[in-house]
Parts: sequence; structure tokens; C-alpha cells
Amino acid sequence: MRDETAEDENWGQQFDRLPETPDDRVVEGRPSREEVVDWWEERFGLDPETFDHYTFWEKGAGKIWAFPAEMVDPIQVEGLGMRILRTRQRHWKPSTNAVQRFCRDATKNVIELGPGEAKAFVAGHDQQLDRWEGDWGYLVAAHELAGELEPLGVGLYLHGELRSTVPKGRQEDLSKLD
Amino acid sequence: MNPLQRYAPLVDDEEAFLEACERPLPSVVRVNTIKATVERAREALDDEGVSYEPTDWHPGILKLEDSTAGTNWPYFHGWLHGQEEVSALPAIALDPQPGERVWDTCAAPGSKTTQIAAMMNDEGVLVGNDNNLGRLSALRHNAERLGVTNLVVTNQDARNFSMKPFGEQTPDEPGAFSQFDRVLVDAPCSCEGTCRKNPDVLDEWTMNHVQSVAGIQKGILRRAVQVTKPGGTVVYSTCTFAPEENEAVLDFVLEREDCEVVEWDVPAGFETSPGVTEWEDEEYDPSVTKARRVYPHQNDTGGFFTAKLEVQG
Ligand SMILES: C[S@@+](CC[C@H](N)C(=O)[O-])C[C@H]1O[C@@H](n2cnc3c(N)ncnc32)[C@H](O)[C@@H]1O
Repeated sequence: MRDETAEDENWGQQFDRLPETPDDRVVEGRPSREEVVDWWEERFGLDPETFDHYTFWEKGAGKIWAFPAEMVDPIQVEGLGMRILRTRQRHWKPSTNAVQRFCRDATKNVIELGPGEAKAFVAGHDQQLDRWEGDWGYLVAAHELAGELEPLGVGLYLHGELRSTVPKGRQEDLSKLD
Repeated sequence: MNPLQRYAPLVDDEEAFLEACERPLPSVVRVNTIKATVERAREALDDEGVSYEPTDWHPGILKLEDSTAGTNWPYFHGWLHGQEEVSALPAIALDPQPGERVWDTCAAPGSKTTQIAAMMNDEGVLVGNDNNLGRLSALRHNAERLGVTNLVVTNQDARNFSMKPFGEQTPDEPGAFSQFDRVLVDAPCSCEGTCRKNPDVLDEWTMNHVQSVAGIQKGILRRAVQVTKPGGTVVYSTCTFAPEENEAVLDFVLEREDCEVVEWDVPAGFETSPGVTEWEDEEYDPSVTKARRVYPHQNDTGGFFTAKLEVQG
């Protein structure tokens, strides 16, 4: 199945471990572990230690997965940990699941939504939110739940509008709650 | 034929058994401790006015008073997972530890897989396998919503599960392994134990199916024992009352693989019955009495069977 000669290509059917640093890079365009960890720190202020015991993998161009143990490299399985990030595009895009799992401690680019806004967001609606004065691009959308701020997912903020990127399968209609 | 009549002779109180099987099941959720503490999840339910009652035997397994409650914030955040009360038993018998390597042979849609991940504190290697690709996507979806990261998803027939993807042939490579510490076999079965949720299972029941699925169960359990370390644990569970799919499967594997049935700690306050050693013309190894049967009238749950095996050698 696997073309053994194509070591330097990105193989869609298997998971390949990310190189440690850009200098270790063999496959063109593949991000390094260092760049991925730095990205979460720069964008959301996550402590790099968050990912200390994680290994990072790419399956298909640009889709980055995180797994909390060592594994043989490459590995042909259907899933390996959690899809956390889409790279190989100008603006890297975090996944809803990763933001919910890791961004409770985010200190940057977090937009707090009120109750009505939070419901609209998880229903998949885009909304005009002129109060945001921070960066444009991907934000952590969060709301208060049981006394603390809890991440809802990823919003794309552009021109005063917060677009919900909650995937269809995760969207919920919570409008009946008050 | 109503298959429940077939099993009535096995239970202490026939009438209570048949009556309980007619009643619908209460709606139950498990708190997902990967994303929230039990206290915080309860607080979120309280804030929304959703009433619940913790089960007597587990503070993180909650019975919802109004089963039509629908969706709510803690559910959206993956703090809760709908899971039948009795289906929490196999993971408890398995007792997985953080950092171990664990295989869930028949994992989809993942109620027990995600419970195991939480018990492992989302650390180590948890392989969730199913031979049905469609059901695997439900497993993935549940694992993602619940924030599980230590799951490796595979799509193999568990009867001849290959360890090759994990580096069986390159043991010196970092991360390579060829055996598991613990394996759960939550086998496909006749499912009469789920009749309170899905009464159709009783109409669809046939003796032919019992026989064919028993063959699959034996194959999966054998493979499970083969890929478990000496001293490791294999748990076998079903939601059927049929001895052909329970004790007979254990008996078959005990004869062919190096393992034994051991006692496991049933949570205090949860009533169970021992495995049976005789059924129709068959006799089974006496150690199968260490397996636990759960009948619906005992704890007002679904029906279940759970056995714990220790691998020798
Ligand atoms: C009782 S269900 C598992 C429920 C699951 N453990 C949970 O808690 O959500 C049995 C599963 O076994 C799978 N199955 C049936 N035969 C199989 C085989 N030979 N190898 C692997 N999986 C199999 C079915 O597709 C089904 O998803």
C-alpha cells in the first residue's frame, strides 16, 4: 500500500509525527512541534507546558492531531488523539474540540459572550459584535457556566462580526433554556 | 416466542423480573471528569433547573428526573454523557489506570470507551476498535465532544486483530508495543437486557442469532486474551441473559487460553447474581460463578453480564 520511496511526501492514509523544530523538517510545508506549541502560546497565551506530554501528528495536508503518548511513526490507524489545528494555510485554524479542551486557561483573544449571544453562537449563527477591540481572526468564544468562564468554541472575527465555526454536528438549539 | 420467558427460571423472582422488563428506563447521565468535576457539573444542572438524583453507588452517575429534558449547557460542553446506568459496570470491573495501554475491542458508539478514558485521566494509550465503519464515526464524535485525547481509533475485525500497526515487529522503536495491560470485550449480543429502552429486541430475537453471535464472541474473547500481558485483565460483558452468550463463551475460552475468571468488586449497594454453571444440557466451568449477572428488577436498570478474567503465563 504505502509507497516506501515517498518518504518526503505527505501521506494521507497515515499519521506522521511532526519534526521537533523547523531545522528537523524533512517534508516540505509540515509544521514543527515547536511552531505548533508557539502558535497556541502566541494566539491564546497557553502555557507551552500544556502540551508537554503530547506528541503531534499530521494526517492529510495540514491537519494536526495531538496524542498524549509515544507511538510508532508513521502509524496507519483511523484516528490518533484529537484534531487540534488546521495548518498549511495563511491563518491556522484551531478546532472547536481543542479550544474546549485546552483553552480554559487562555489569556488572549478570548471573547466573553452573554447568555443570548452564547446560544446564538452554539446554534451556528453569525452575529454583529462591535464591542470587540482586539485582533481580528480566530478567537476563543466563551461564556460563564457554573461560576467560571468556559470555552464554547472558535469564532472568526472580521469587520465587527463574530462568525460561529461550531461544526454542524456540535451545534445545539438551546433557545428553550432561559 | 418471548425470549424473557426462557430466562425466567434463572431469576429468583420471576414476576418482578418480567414486570421490570416492561417498565421504561430512567434517563441517566455520567459526568465526564475529563472536562468537569462532579461538583461543577451538578452546579451547572442546578443553575439550569434540571433535576437529578445521584445513583446510590456512584456520585458521578445521575438519574434525570425529567427524561425529556433535552439538551442543556453542561451537555453541550461535553461535561455529561447519556449512558445507561448498568453500562458503567464493565469499566469499573476493568479498573484501567492512567498511563496504561488498553484495548476496547467493540467500542462504538463509545460510552464505555469514553468512561475508560476518563478513568485513565486521559493519559496512556486507549485503542477503540470496531469493525463497523458507520458506528466508528459515532465513536469519534462522542470522544471529541467529551474531550478525549488518548484514543487511537482502529477499524478491524477484533477476532483477528493485528498488532502490526503498533510496531509489533519493530519492538525497539519508541512507542512500539505488542500487548495490552487491559482489554474490554463489550461484545455484540442478543441484547434482551436493553428491552426497557428498545422493546423491539424481543421481537427480533432468534435462537439462530444466539448461536451465530456466540461464535463471534468466542473469537473476540480469545483474541483479547492473546494480546493481553501475563497478569493483565480482560473484561467480558454483554447485555443478554443467554448463557450461550455468557458463561458458555467464558467456558470455551478458559479451555483454550491461559486465563482464569476472578472476582471483581461490584459497587456497594448494587445487587448482582452469580454466573450459572448449568443451562439446558450444558455444564460450565465452576469458576464462571465469579461472573456477575444483573437482572432489571434488582437495581431498576437494564440487564447485564460482566466477567473479569486474569491472564496467566
Ligand atoms: C454492544 S456494542 C458496543 C457498545 C460500546 N462498547 C459502547 O459502550 O458504546 C457491540 C459492537 O461490536 C461491534 N462488532 C461486532 N462484531 C465485531 C467484530 N468482529 N470485531 C469488532 N467489532 C465488532 C459492533 O459493530 C458494535 O458496535
